[in-house]
Amino acid sequence: MLRFLVVRTLTGLFVLWVISVAVFVLFFVAPSNVAHTLAGRQATPETIALINHRLGLDRPLWRQYLDFLTNALHGDLGYDYYHQQPVTTIIGQAFPITFSLAIGAAIIWLVLGVYNGVVSATHPRSLRDRSLTVTSLVFYSMPSFVLGLGALYFLYYKLTLSGHTWFPAGGYAPLSEGIGPWTRHLILPWLTIALVSAATYTRLSRASMLDVLGEDYIRTAEAKGLGQRRVTYRHALRSALTPVVTQFGIDLGQLVGGVVITEQIFSLPGLGKTAVNAITQQDLPVIIGIVLVASTAVVLANILVDLCYAFLDPRVRLT
Amino acid sequence: MALLEVEDLRVSFPTDDGVVQAVRGVSFQVDRGETLGLVGESGSGKSVATQTITGLTRGADVHGRAVFDGRDLLQATASELREVRGPGIGMIFQDPLTSLHPAYRVGWQIEEMIRAHQAVSRAQSRRRAVEMLGLVGIPHAAERVDDYPHQFSGGMRQRVMIAMAMALDPSLLIADEPTTALDVTVQAQVLQVMQRLQSDFGTAIIMITHDLGVVAEMADRVAVMYAGRLMERAPRRDAFYRPHHPYTEGLFDSLPTRGGQRLTPIVGTPPSLIHPPSGCPFHPRCRYAFDACATDVPALEPVDGNPAHVSACWLSHDSSLRERLRRAMKAASSS
Ligand SMILES: Nc1ncnc2c1ncn2[C@@H]1O[C@H](COP(=O)(O)OP(=O)(O)OP(=O)(O)O)[C@@H](O)[C@H]1O
Ligand SMILES: [Mg+2]
Repeated sequence: MLRFLVVRTLTGLFVLWVISVAVFVLFFVAPSNVAHTLAGRQATPETIALINHRLGLDRPLWRQYLDFLTNALHGDLGYDYYHQQPVTTIIGQAFPITFSLAIGAAIIWLVLGVYNGVVSATHPRSLRDRSLTVTSLVFYSMPSFVLGLGALYFLYYKLTLSGHTWFPAGGYAPLSEGIGPWTRHLILPWLTIALVSAATYTRLSRASMLDVLGEDYIRTAEAKGLGQRRVTYRHALRSALTPVVTQFGIDLGQLVGGVVITEQIFSLPGLGKTAVNAITQQDLPVIIGIVLVASTAVVLANILVDLCYAFLDPRVRLT
Repeated sequence: MALLEVEDLRVSFPTDDGVVQAVRGVSFQVDRGETLGLVGESGSGKSVATQTITGLTRGADVHGRAVFDGRDLLQATASELREVRGPGIGMIFQDPLTSLHPAYRVGWQIEEMIRAHQAVSRAQSRRRAVEMLGLVGIPHAAERVDDYPHQFSGGMRQRVMIAMAMALDPSLLIADEPTTALDVTVQAQVLQVMQRLQSDFGTAIIMITHDLGVVAEMADRVAVMYAGRLMERAPRRDAFYRPHHPYTEGLFDSLPTRGGQRLTPIVGTPPSLIHPPSGCPFHPRCRYAFDACATDVPALEPVDGNPAHVSACWLSHDSSLRERLRRAMKAASSS
């Protein structure tokens, strides 16, 4: 187990390093005009050179990268080009928003998807099963931006017009302002991400549960005189979760994409929105910082997923 | 009164191809402490019949009565059935490799069953689990109790299943081909374990098997099933030495004998259960069949007036006449 953790951490660090190099190289392959943007349209070549010098952009690429790496290892990700704010501060402000969004959405989609899948599988061909299947199909084939814009139009715009301001138009309220405002701001973004994915998980866990329910050891559990709930959740779901967890590991990367789009739609000033702004402004330190944070999150989450995997199936535990 | 009395049990499964009539009117009884051997070819409905008694056949149409300890289990509610499963009737299944949950320790799986039925502490249920594992002959039971199923061999897993099925001291054990998946030497050991526990606990056993050797070793009485029907029911000696039904005779003829007689397997294939043959279901494969067999269903009638030995066949129920017929048939087929 320990060995596994050490190996995974080392490979994770290696992946992060490769990503940082890749972002650096990609950024400098495209011609930079940060200085032009900063200096304005009438800038003289001298001003441009001065700005480039101040930002360190005139030094050789490898030098810039090395400086970045040394600082990063000391927990300093540099300053953004435009306001000279520490990148760590920018990320520190945006991270809780994205984290709340991603975790909440993932929990909703897992619980909703798996629960619906279990209900479908334990009542096959029932009305519930059929309506859940149809609902899943609808959401499954819906792009998340359509769902998000639709939610905004009907649940914010139409509702507010008719005098029920249940949901805000967007923006964020930190948890320190209370759980109520926080939830009210996040519920539509959560659902936007979660419903699309939940549909996949309903289908997946339904199929997986149906497989497991036919296993001999489920019959054994019933022959032991256990209650139906215990058989369904303790015995069947326990095994049926393995493919769900695998799928979740794969979907984590996609979650990042969903977060970027959703933050745009609901004007949530999280990492996604910040990154999009930084890219349009070619604000390299911010881009690298966010990419690194996002990658770290995905790598960590994948290690967690693998730990879950080992927990679920004792046969993989010793490797 | 018998411990279990099954009367006219009928089980069918509606499927896309038609209604599968897996069990078509089966009656038998099991007394306390005795062993009933239930034999028959694959697909004859042995598993379905016995699993229906404890309500384990999902999606089946069930008719008849199965009175266990004075209560008809086919009319019982879900929670009444749960009370019977375990403390009343223990079950062992054919494939020990897949019958234990792969994600839980074997001890936990036994303890879970004990705690589902008895208000005992964790320590008590654990002690019982270790004790049971020891009783079925698992070496170092106190340590192995925390191992996972994949850390045991097939024979050892079947012992775990037996330990689990017997942990609540049930009055009836249904063993569905408990040794079919095991090596011959392991088979003998597992059977020994079952016999020992049976004499210690006084458990009645329904032993389902293809293997007439197992029947010879364990069973007090034998019931023979074919295509969802009971063809013959007899005390062990009668089943072996005076089988009445041609199907029973065929089963025993296909046994290798010590005298080096050649094997005569039953020709033909088992019939469809969606469109079962008219009359006696065995008549298309029966070498004694005559007109009546194809049109009328024979009832279980006593052989030589002995109510303990019944056979559903149109041939004479006088065993000396039946034996003469058998000899004649044998002479004809060997010439
Ligand atoms: N759930 C089900 N749906 C449809 N048909 C079924 C179902 N369960 C069993 N059957 C059919 O019922 C018949 C009897 O099956 P059963 O398992 O009782 O046979 P068996 O005598 O135990 O055979 P074996 O010795 O191979 O275990 C078989 O033809 C089987 O295909
Ligand atoms: Mg069977």
